[in-house]
Amino acid sequence: MKTSRRKFLKVAGLSAFALAGGMTALAGEAAAQVAPGKYVKREGMLQAKRWAMVIDTRRLKTEADYAPLIAACVKAHNIPDIPGDRNVKWIWTDSFDHVFPDDMNNHLNTAVRDKPYMLLCNHCTNPPCVRVCPTQATYKMEDGIVAMDYHRCIGCRFCMAGCPYGARSFNFIDPRLHLPDPVPNPAFPTRMIGVVEKCNFCVERLNEGKLPACVEASDGRVLFGDLEDPDSPVRKALAANYSIRRKPSLGTQPGVYYLV
Amino acid sequence: MYNAKAVIIGIVIFVAIFSSPFWTGWIGQDYTKTGVVLPAGEKECIEDTEFMRAQHMRLLDEWRDQALREENRVYESALNGKKWVISLQNTCLKCHSNYSEFCEKCHVANSVYPYCWTCHIIPTEGKR
Repeated sequence: MKTSRRKFLKVAGLSAFALAGGMTALAGEAAAQVAPGKYVKREGMLQAKRWAMVIDTRRLKTEADYAPLIAACVKAHNIPDIPGDRNVKWIWTDSFDHVFPDDMNNHLNTAVRDKPYMLLCNHCTNPPCVRVCPTQATYKMEDGIVAMDYHRCIGCRFCMAGCPYGARSFNFIDPRLHLPDPVPNPAFPTRMIGVVEKCNFCVERLNEGKLPACVEASDGRVLFGDLEDPDSPVRKALAANYSIRRKPSLGTQPGVYYLV
Repeated sequence: MYNAKAVIIGIVIFVAIFSSPFWTGWIGQDYTKTGVVLPAGEKECIEDTEFMRAQHMRLLDEWRDQALREENRVYESALNGKKWVISLQNTCLKCHSNYSEFCEKCHVANSVYPYCWTCHIIPTEGKR
């Protein structure tokens, strides 16, 4: 059979076009869903483009001020209290020079320098823990929350090495051994040995239309809201007050702000 | 045939033992019956029985990803359009509250041992 160059190119071009069209059609096809029903958002859930927290440290001065916030978190998430260096923490306190090591001022005013600061997962815009997780057990959601799927966690602890804030804890032992029976919140699961855990910005409470447990317990001293919304309480507080974040030079863009 | 009597008896015994899984299955208990006790007072699950029986594990897998990653925490049933909050611990176990008579009966019969309860809490049994 004799084919002219022109005819060959015509057929080849048409074939390439058809192939590309077929490929895009396949790529656009939704992943197969098992359930015959539909998945929808929960009614009344709190939604935001970028959740953020503002901690007013001018009104939270002592360990005793932070105690009810920490207690609320522990109760909501069944966090065990394990003595020694195997403890699990979602929210805790530390001294100024540990919390803000970038601040090189040796002669800071004593009121700011000597009080404890509350720490939790910063829910970074560029979370290093998410980049290093080999199983996508930790991931960033569209609303800015860095979440964990404990089912997928293989306990490699790369995320703990990646997190510059020490916000993650590993379950070296079964956490249930150090929890009362029944657990403080029977509606929330515990974790198991061999997984990493951390603060989840109370994503389960946001879905129920409630603010995070520590915010609720803070009596207005910890604010929570949408960083993309200029009318949200966090944006208003940040616009009117001087705030700092932890280790800003790393470029992780934390979502937790401290008013000092 | 040399020693035919013993050989034939031997073959019959061998075949009988070799095929025992099949005929004990026929004369024995129906393998589809595991003695699962359905929750009293509940007429229907989120989807029909056939689907739940065959696909509940895949459904739970999908529920997890939808709830945790997509923040779709409500499932709208194709059966009757009823809306269910996606939660193994708080929705499924609300009706299926008897773990040892429901989940465990079937799982043990089928030799599957999922480790849901190392994290999730069975309301009636506390942390196991």
